[in-house]
Amino acid sequence: MSNNAGPTLRFLCPNGHLGFAPLKVASFELGVATRPDFILADSGSDDIGPGPLGSDTSTAPKEWQRHDLEHMLLAARELGVPMLIGSAGDTGSNSRVDMYVQMIREIAADHQLAPFKLGYFYSEVPKSYLRRKMTSGDAVTGLDGRGDLTLEELDATDRIVAVAGVHPYIELLNRGAEVIIGGRSSDAVIFAAPAIRAGYPEDLSYYLGKVLECASFNAEPYAGKESVIGEISAEDVKVTAMHPGQRCTVASVAGHAMYERSNPYFEFVAGGMLDMTNCHYEQFDERTTRVTGPRFEKAEKVRVKLEGSGKVGERYMGFAGVRDPYTIERIDEVIGWAQQQVRERFGDPEDGGYELHYQVYGRDAIMGEMDPLRDQPGHELGIMVFGVAPTAAMAEEVTLTGTRQMFYARLPDVKGTAGGVAFPLDEVTRVTPAYRWTLNHTVAVDDPLELFELHTTDVADVVAGGAER
Amino acid sequence: MSSKKLSELAKTVRSKNAGVDRITFDILFRDRGNYELVKNSGVLSRASVAALFNIDASRITDFVEYDPAYAIKFTILRLRPSGSAGDADIFGAQQYAPLLDVEVPVA
Repeated sequence: MSNNAGPTLRFLCPNGHLGFAPLKVASFELGVATRPDFILADSGSDDIGPGPLGSDTSTAPKEWQRHDLEHMLLAARELGVPMLIGSAGDTGSNSRVDMYVQMIREIAADHQLAPFKLGYFYSEVPKSYLRRKMTSGDAVTGLDGRGDLTLEELDATDRIVAVAGVHPYIELLNRGAEVIIGGRSSDAVIFAAPAIRAGYPEDLSYYLGKVLECASFNAEPYAGKESVIGEISAEDVKVTAMHPGQRCTVASVAGHAMYERSNPYFEFVAGGMLDMTNCHYEQFDERTTRVTGPRFEKAEKVRVKLEGSGKVGERYMGFAGVRDPYTIERIDEVIGWAQQQVRERFGDPEDGGYELHYQVYGRDAIMGEMDPLRDQPGHELGIMVFGVAPTAAMAEEVTLTGTRQMFYARLPDVKGTAGGVAFPLDEVTRVTPAYRWTLNHTVAVDDPLELFELHTTDVADVVAGGAER
Repeated sequence: MSSKKLSELAKTVRSKNAGVDRITFDILFRDRGNYELVKNSGVLSRASVAALFNIDASRITDFVEYDPAYAIKFTILRLRPSGSAGDADIFGAQQYAPLLDVEVPVA
């Protein structure tokens, strides 16, 4: 039980990216035993690359997603407290929201839970909506140095999601939702929404969300997927690690403010900016840090962030190794030979509409031109080859030529004349199509709910195996 | 004057995506002493990290000395967005290694 005097609300977060790896049950149960007022988690990330959004898939296995949803739903219904999930299924696309809604129904049926109200919202933005905005003179503004969105880039985009602020969550809570499955959302707003709705200051509510969204990444020693609890009052936010071996320290909590972000002071969400410049951190008890001083600056005009992904082409992968030191020294010539053979068949990449990428492991595959040691290759190299083209057949031929022709590279003084590289497999493999991030932009809206379609539904008390299945 | 490697003085040296177009680097220290030592040494600056990573200084979008966390943080603009074909580090998680061997003068 919470022993804190005065009106506070307590938020339990068991996972910083639900589905990416399963929550750890023991610390979650410790958190549940303290009877929190909300159970919440973010389930999305743009770290996973543009593929899942473009192809409308998840990187997380269904079993892991269901595992976490089941633990959270059973605990929330047992305690009679709201459960909120944001950015369903990695990308927060409509199909991912539908999938989580269906999982919630199945879990409720399997456990014969008493009826409850389920709220959900969609975040996908039709291209036609943005086209109308753009042709009527409303710029879709680029972030992080990108220019305004062009119609050409819009055409090259397969799927767009808008990143929600607190607004759809507050509206669904107002409509009586006890469980919420959100489309794409800023991580912090999942937590900020119920706190703001309960009357806590926006300054502290957004900070609460910021500090909780990655669960135990705000604690030390480093351990992911463990539960943490945030407590908000009218004056402060306190954050406590639930794993007995972890502590939320001034360093771990303050350090978390900078995680995954360009700058430790500012966090932008639809509707404003959280300013952490004057945050004050103090160790409250052994496992709890207390924070005061964050500021939220409301935006005059709400701008909503958009993420978009467009398909580049079908993709194949090949691999070759090199051990001969003479060949290692001249590996760029070897690659150049293979590239030339592809060029003779398909023309230059720009004209032929294909891409051919070489990553030289053992030299500079990971850092490329940023690697200060790229002139000191190892005694053996692994060369990963990726070919991308409009059709699978062409991508296969590009990649096979680009891989196999390294075997025939013509180096003047090579001793080994039976083959220039080592193949672990004399074949190339089809992998997921290549996508790219086409949108990292914002659009101005008149109504912060206008990009999000809200629904509520009753999850009825159906017997397992009944009509809901 | 002798020197120590940054990896001996820092608790954490890491890199990670900050959105899809940037990679951010965090160097965190356990205590104020080592933090101030490195901060005041001047070995980490926009110019020095641009040189270390062999990039134009204009690609460094942020460089912050963040006292509350005893941390130095900077952010680099990617040449292409994360996860584009040919990107070998879609999380940006293995870009920090050259920082480990930065020599810091100690009294």
